[in-house]
Amino acid sequence: MSALELHNISKNFGAIQALNDVSLSIEPGEVYGLMGDNGAGKSTLVKVIAGNFPPSAGEVFISGQKVEFHKPIDAQRAGIEVVYQDLAICDNLSAASNVFLGREPIRQFGPLKVVDYAFMRKRTGELFSRLKSETRPRDLVRRMSGGQRQAVAIARALLTEARIVLMDEPTAAISVRQVAEVLNLIRQLRDHGIAVVLISHRMPDVFEVADKVAVLRRGRLVAAKKASDTSPEEVTGLITGAIEAV
Amino acid sequence: MSNTNLADAINRSQHRGVLSWITSQQTFWVFIAAVLACLALTLLTDTFATERNLFNVTRNFAFVGIVALGMTAVIASGGIDLSVGSTVVISAMTIGIVMAEGYPFWVGFIAAMGASLLVGVANGVLIAYARMPPFVVTLGMLSVARSLAMVLSNNRMVYQFGPDHNLLLWLGGGSTFGLPHPLIILIILAVITAFAFKWLRWGQHLFAIGGNEQAAILTGIPVKAVKVSVYMFSAAMAGITGVLEVGWLGGVTTNLGQAMELTVIAAAVIGGANLAGGSGTAFGAIVGALLIEVIRNSLILLGISTFWQGTFVGSFIVIAVAFDRFRQARGGD
Repeated sequence: MSALELHNISKNFGAIQALNDVSLSIEPGEVYGLMGDNGAGKSTLVKVIAGNFPPSAGEVFISGQKVEFHKPIDAQRAGIEVVYQDLAICDNLSAASNVFLGREPIRQFGPLKVVDYAFMRKRTGELFSRLKSETRPRDLVRRMSGGQRQAVAIARALLTEARIVLMDEPTAAISVRQVAEVLNLIRQLRDHGIAVVLISHRMPDVFEVADKVAVLRRGRLVAAKKASDTSPEEVTGLITGAIEAV
Repeated sequence: MSNTNLADAINRSQHRGVLSWITSQQTFWVFIAAVLACLALTLLTDTFATERNLFNVTRNFAFVGIVALGMTAVIASGGIDLSVGSTVVISAMTIGIVMAEGYPFWVGFIAAMGASLLVGVANGVLIAYARMPPFVVTLGMLSVARSLAMVLSNNRMVYQFGPDHNLLLWLGGGSTFGLPHPLIILIILAVITAFAFKWLRWGQHLFAIGGNEQAAILTGIPVKAVKVSVYMFSAAMAGITGVLEVGWLGGVTTNLGQAMELTVIAAAVIGGANLAGGSGTAFGAIVGALLIEVIRNSLILLGISTFWQGTFVGSFIVIAVAFDRFRQARGGD
């Protein structure tokens, strides 16, 4: 059963048609590269999936169940996690605090509810070792490399047992070495049976990890095929419009 | 086996010894500075280390310290509260007038705290829900609250506090085991604040908001509610201070707590609260308040005109912030 299915999704903002009849299905443990030029509708599509706003038309299914999201929290409850481009983490807090941000476990002492740091550190340590990351739960995020920050953001997704992780340009602003680290993290997610939607401009990164590639152009899905059946040249042509559709 | 040893080694290099951790804290150096200032004054003047003077210093410092606890919470959440001095006078005037009407202490206390919390709620709601800048809202409140205290009292001095007159004076001006009551209350409130910062979700959330508000919103933290509660906390600390100050002074006029916000912000900032949000400690607020009070007292004892006090307090804020900038520029830590 597909982790995520989109049926004929359209979204318009007034007269502007941001998405036009997009259908897509993503299997568990599959990395889907979502590509397109600026303004092609990538972020609109991600925001529809993440529950930031509802589609104007069309349906979303998660593990075969029809869902309707009104707020991001609805999508989160349904197992969708978004790793934002700017990562949405707090530099002044530890890795463990960031992983558990907004869902801190508590221990009750009479009327007093106290944050359970011991549990947070233990669980975060487990998540990092599952991700094969060298990040330490106690460390402040401020002192971390870009790759380690990604690990923190991704550990958040693992914590909630997310089934679908949306990653918005995770490799846009980091060094070459850290890109390799992030791509490894994506593979770890995939190996845990999580469906990953990878939004990126960087062709080599997408072809390095993606099982399938989808291309959006002016709100329409112009291609959705196995990465092994296409090439960076063909995808570039699809993005720019040099190749109409496949 | 060798694997775990490697992990241990990495851990050890990362989490340095206790000593190097302490010396890397701004609070530690401010504390050393305060202690050195005390020592110097003891040697240079024969008036500093007298019981009478120390009693005054500790009590003065307690008032600034209590309000600085609230200010630290606000600053750590990325805001600022300029209305604390006016909240002090609103609280003091409310309890003064209610008790002067013949009501017992506890009625006056509840009324004073109610009035203070209303100020906090008004600040918090305008900042969190109407999305107005904290600087503007609390600057307006600074004026409004003091003016309301004048309206309330008709700008008279209140110095008769009804049946519980002596209780009020004992609470603010008395001492137990040789410790002035405001100091005892400061210590209790500091312990509570330090605990809340570290161990309650509220503390985690307010530091998260100060660190990255957008991230806090995205992770589902009730950012607006936390912000309102932070301004209420600050107002509550100012309210408690107002009640204690009436008891200490034995009377209340509408210029009580004037320009106090600057001293309090200086105390919080010197104590390590970052005006950009995201850091600050309860202990730091106290140490900052201590240093300022000792310096202020030393100016008086050394016979330097009190007109210079503003120069010192103002410069301290700027120096503390500059210090923070240098540290960030040097290595982001």
